[in-house]
Amino acid sequence: MNLVAALDAQTLVDAVGLGAVYALMAVGIGLVFGVLRLVNFAYGQLVMAGAYTLAFTASWPVAASIAACFAVVVALSMLMDRVVFRPLRGQSPAVMLVTTFAVAFMLQAIALMIDIRDDTIGEIATSIASFNQATTVAGVDVRKITIAAVVVAVVTLALLALLLARTTIGLHMRAAAADFGTARLLGVRANRVIGFAVFLSGLLAATVAVLLTVQFPFVGPDFALRETIVVLVGVVVGGIDRLWTATLGGFAIGFATGVINGVLPTDKSVFLPSAVFALVILVLLLRPAGLFAWGRAAAAERV
Amino acid sequence: MRRLGSLVALAVPAALIVAVGIGSTFVSRANEIYFLDALVSVAIVVAIYVFVGNSGVLSFGQVSFVAVGAFAAGVMTIPLESKTGVLPELFPVLRDHTIGNAASLLLAAAVGGVLAFIVGLPLMRLSGLAAGIATFAVLEITHNLLREWTRIGPGATTLSLVPETTGAIQATIGALIAVGVAFAYQRSRLGRLLRATREDAAAARGVGVSVHRQRLWAFTVSGALAGFAGGLLVHELGSITTEQVYLELTFLTLAMLVVGGASSLWGAVLGALAVSGLNSFLIKAEDGVAALDLPSGSRLILLGAIMALVLIRRPSGLTGGREFSLPGLR
Repeated sequence: MNLVAALDAQTLVDAVGLGAVYALMAVGIGLVFGVLRLVNFAYGQLVMAGAYTLAFTASWPVAASIAACFAVVVALSMLMDRVVFRPLRGQSPAVMLVTTFAVAFMLQAIALMIDIRDDTIGEIATSIASFNQATTVAGVDVRKITIAAVVVAVVTLALLALLLARTTIGLHMRAAAADFGTARLLGVRANRVIGFAVFLSGLLAATVAVLLTVQFPFVGPDFALRETIVVLVGVVVGGIDRLWTATLGGFAIGFATGVINGVLPTDKSVFLPSAVFALVILVLLLRPAGLFAWGRAAAAERV
Repeated sequence: MRRLGSLVALAVPAALIVAVGIGSTFVSRANEIYFLDALVSVAIVVAIYVFVGNSGVLSFGQVSFVAVGAFAAGVMTIPLESKTGVLPELFPVLRDHTIGNAASLLLAAAVGGVLAFIVGLPLMRLSGLAAGIATFAVLEITHNLLREWTRIGPGATTLSLVPETTGAIQATIGALIAVGVAFAYQRSRLGRLLRATREDAAAARGVGVSVHRQRLWAFTVSGALAGFAGGLLVHELGSITTEQVYLELTFLTLAMLVVGGASSLWGAVLGALAVSGLNSFLIKAEDGVAALDLPSGSRLILLGAIMALVLIRRPSGLTGGREFSLPGLR
């Protein structure tokens, strides 16, 4: 069938690139969830803030522009923790999630207000768009950004794995994710561990902001909103209780989106979201703790 | 005394709704819309409360039943003479029949309830975040089907020419019906069994409560009320698109519920009225007609900030998740 024929190397390369970006977002969301049990819906607005920074500093040298993006996103991430997450610690997941809705809502409104000063909605980040150019490798157009996304994702995940496995703060974070109460009794300092997790998740959001802005240079207040929702679905489908299953879930949903978009002609894909979300429901019913959660972790609550 | 106390818990929210309804008749036509919006919001938030509040399970899916109810009531009340013109692709049974206002509200409730029952049958086995994401998937599927399937509705275009029958009287009575049903449910045997599972699922199961069955009941009642509220909404607006009953409405109504206090009916009513009232006030303030004059665009920032602030300062909501009660009357 022609559907299979359409699944060529090009589609796969693009899908891996998308999966890598989604995996990075999933790690950022998963890290904070691990220590705070908080699903941060406003994560996409961190990415959005980074993208706006890139757009507004488009006349700067590329390195300075990217540095500004990191500074803004990390600062915003820490601020969010201090002002919003810290007072909410220990509240029910519903309250925390809805509060991050409100924060997301507010950040979008602020972005709109800043954006609309020139009477148009949306800014274009021109300076780093050149990374989107393609080079042809064996008949497949590989954009520089695809390679960059995959390399950045692999390196970041490797560094993170080292950090979690080999350093004291990494050990503290793993302990906090397993059982925060007991970890605190054994001398893990809550503010330090949470602050560090939020800092790392801010770094990841800034990285995602750069990677996404290169591919989609048109920045609006709803930048990365759709991606955040899809990644959240992927994270829960993969298994949010473990960082690696969450990451794998993020990658899987990004890869699947890329493949399906590449394979299906546009006129046939109008009911595609229904099919994808029906599949999500099916997976959740069969494996409520997550598709990639095995062993004891898979024994989730089901009534 | 006990009976009097429970009467107060119903009478005060109801009186507040009637007050808003009466208030809407004293203001200009241009301002009436804010009062009607607030009353329809009460109906939607109370519908969500019936499931989310009583079960303690977060659902992002209840707005899909609002959407289905709105489109069912809307499509079936467009006058016959214009229907074939604006919606030519409808199934003949939908195209060639038109029903009255009251019948369309009943239809909306029925469609919402039946759909919620079918969806809930498998989904009510889930808890926690898995339930949240699965119900969110229901919202996505509903939105996708309503938007693309032109045999059952207008698809991506605007559904218009719906009779605007939700005035002050219908909005008030509609909100009162939602509150009445929710109150009757939560005081019934079924409601109490479900609340027992919310407080301690293991203990409730231990005394023989089927968590799945109780949640399914609440989900169905909630779906029917949500469909009914959707009917009120479409008759208020007169025209509607699928985007109006999607993500933004979901987040806003959930925020209203949590801001009010998710585990009480009083919280649902107060949250809906308080957030709607604040929103209307800020719209007026942006136009510079209220007491203070705000720069344009600041409304959404303030709305988000105030909602976040309320949740940070009072995580259990304005009402603390309690029903209205007078001191000494319990």
